[in-house]
Amino acid sequence: MDTAAITAPATGKTAYHVRKGAHGGLVDITGFNLWYGAAQALFDINMSVEGGMVTALIGPSGCGKSTLIRCLNRMNDLIDGLTTTGQITLDGADIYGSKVDVIALRKRMGMVFQKPNPFPMSVYDNVVYPLKVDGVTNRTDLDEACEKALRGAALWAEAKDRLKDSALGLSGGQQQRLCIARAICAEPEVLLMDEPCSALDPIATSKIEELIDGLRGQYTIVIVTHNMQQAARVSQNTAFMLLGRLIEYGDTEQVFTAPQMTQTQDYVTGRFG
Amino acid sequence: MPTSITIATPSARPAVAARTRPTSLGARGEPFLWALGGGLALGLLMIVGFLFLVFWNGIVTFWPKPIETVTLRSGAIVAGEPTRSNNYRPGPEVVAQLPEAEKAALARRDGYAERTLYRTGNYDIYNEDFRWVSDFEVAKTERPGGFYFLERLEWGPCVGTIKAVEAGGRKLEGAAIKDEAITALHRTARARWAEIRAIERGRIGDVNHTLEKERLALRRVALEAGAGSEAHRAASARFEARAVELRKAHETLAAEAAVLKAEDAKDRITLAEVGGREKTLALSAVVRLYPANDLDLGDRIAIYLGRWLEFLTDEPREANTEGGVWPAIFGTFAMTLLLVIAVAPFGILTALYLREYAKQGRLVAIVRISVNNLAGVPSIVYGVFGLGFFAYILGGSIDQLFYPERLPSPTFGTGGLLWASLTLALLTVPVVIVATEEALAAVPRSMREGSLACGASKWQTIRNIVLPRAMPGIMTGLILAMARGAGEVAPLMLVGVVKLAPELPIDGYFPFIHLERSFMHLGFHIFDVGFQSRNSEAGKPMVFVTTMLLIGLIALMNLWAIVVRNRLKRKFVGSSF
Repeated sequence: MDTAAITAPATGKTAYHVRKGAHGGLVDITGFNLWYGAAQALFDINMSVEGGMVTALIGPSGCGKSTLIRCLNRMNDLIDGLTTTGQITLDGADIYGSKVDVIALRKRMGMVFQKPNPFPMSVYDNVVYPLKVDGVTNRTDLDEACEKALRGAALWAEAKDRLKDSALGLSGGQQQRLCIARAICAEPEVLLMDEPCSALDPIATSKIEELIDGLRGQYTIVIVTHNMQQAARVSQNTAFMLLGRLIEYGDTEQVFTAPQMTQTQDYVTGRFG
Repeated sequence: MPTSITIATPSARPAVAARTRPTSLGARGEPFLWALGGGLALGLLMIVGFLFLVFWNGIVTFWPKPIETVTLRSGAIVAGEPTRSNNYRPGPEVVAQLPEAEKAALARRDGYAERTLYRTGNYDIYNEDFRWVSDFEVAKTERPGGFYFLERLEWGPCVGTIKAVEAGGRKLEGAAIKDEAITALHRTARARWAEIRAIERGRIGDVNHTLEKERLALRRVALEAGAGSEAHRAASARFEARAVELRKAHETLAAEAAVLKAEDAKDRITLAEVGGREKTLALSAVVRLYPANDLDLGDRIAIYLGRWLEFLTDEPREANTEGGVWPAIFGTFAMTLLLVIAVAPFGILTALYLREYAKQGRLVAIVRISVNNLAGVPSIVYGVFGLGFFAYILGGSIDQLFYPERLPSPTFGTGGLLWASLTLALLTVPVVIVATEEALAAVPRSMREGSLACGASKWQTIRNIVLPRAMPGIMTGLILAMARGAGEVAPLMLVGVVKLAPELPIDGYFPFIHLERSFMHLGFHIFDVGFQSRNSEAGKPMVFVTTMLLIGLIALMNLWAIVVRNRLKRKFVGSSF
């Protein structure tokens, strides 16, 4: 991890000054546009997600940050009438290419959603679900993976005696950590988090934040958040989006203390949004 | 106006104009609430009233009633069970013949008189089972002891006194006739009768069945190898040898039965109806007999339970107005089970494709509307379709291909259990499709996304997450389909339900389950007993009992399905917070 390097904005409109990650740019987004039917939601996004770091996407409601994160593992494929142009690559391979195996792609990118969505099964079955759909049946492999994932999600101590109980009986915060355990069980490279704390109370939120901090380095994390303090606390790089455009993308500290764009300044100082 | 400023006290608070206009009744919505409550109450009242009518009549039917002897003014005597009473207006020619006092009494009641319907039985003597007796005809009503109520295999019940019982070489007459003695003799005779039946139905039936199978095998050889060919001649010789053997076995069994029958013919019972005419019949032809006026509570309960047992486990007799409904219970149950087995995969797969895979557009919308409209097609149309398509076309082809030796008598080429179930499956499939689609649509998007984000394919997501979660809703659809199917009668009359099926669809002969057989059904049984029988008055209580049973059976099946559904719901839906 080297020091903050201020580089020229990738486009004329974007201030670009990211802290470079240990693995370099893992996910590269180039000239990406997106339309829901006739309405354009993303305009010419250019950014490079640094490997091994936590990248936060912030911005007011409707700015397109959730849309962008859902493009990374192609969850938006489920929506009818969606068109995109431009390129997103993972480790250099185009994820919107015609020959891409979407299922394999999603296995490389775990995702955690806004609302905890444990499946109506036991805790154990929830955690090892990604392995099971992958065809892993060996009991010891599954047991090991389950323990590792639950430890990784800081849930092992609470859940180890309840592995056979229904996951629906856990508390909201536990459910969300279970979802994180599920997302990291198959050992993805990238962990996508779409407002993971917005449905949780402050204590559960701080636990998740600690967890994100612990996972940094092992996984490349992209997190969408409404909560600017959270972005400041957990991320190294922050991208600020507004009305479908990437306004500023740079080192978190600088984005919050010395933003280069006036819109960013207005937003982080609470003048709007 | 205040002259000095003081500390604000409650009285100093600025006055707010009190709201004077009351909230109108309409704004509060009270009248609508009354209308809603009233609607519910009316609906409940009708349902409860209907159920009460059915259950009350059904429950009292089998309770043994006393026998009354009624001496009429004309000197005639009528004996029978009082069944029901009502008011009626006698015709002028009847009134004209009445004595003056009765005429006056009638006039006081606006010409109405009361009358009672007596179940007199003895159809073979009187040519009627029931008789109305008007109150003004009656001179005297009594409940004398010694009167017996007999249920017979034929001719309906018999009411009278026992003159003599001849059995086991003994003859009981006069004072020797004791209830216990008769019961014992009757039991022996019935046991022998059951033995004869077992030989005729069971062992002779086996022989006949084997003979028929051999004959069909021979015919098959004739059809395949050609009549007169070498193979056919060899098979013919084999068949002849086997047939001789079987016929011999048949004769032995028939002789065995004949011995028993000869013995049976010696056991006889002689009855005298209330007018004195005598009637002798075989003791084994009496199903049940009891001295109606000399029973204590224990006897009555025993008779009541015995009749229920017979009703639930025996075959019908007397054009379905007596005996049991076991074949109909079994037929209804088997048909409903097959219906669910057929409709569940068909409906669920269709809905899955429509909801999850098909591209939502005009075509899918048209398919959906058509499916919904199918639910409105009159059920008899399905019956016609089932008969034409399933029985004649499909069944006919099956017969041609697999059962050519049985032609021209059809095997699958006529109505039967399988075709009836499939017809009803077709009738109820829209219910299942609609319910399944709703259930699938109700699975939260977050669940699907969670699974897809884990790298599950669409099919894995549907199988592991969507279907289990939608299962309670799908079960609701199946419950509705089942209830609709089990209660349907009209199409069944065309595709396999008969008023009296000689054999159950399951028996001891290979392949044990005979889906091609026609069967009996409780719904059709109700129609048949109530409206198609010689003796609708005797059938009436049976209509209630059978309706009660059908409602009970459907309720039981639904209850089971609801228990399963709730278990699934607890497991898969639960609360997420």
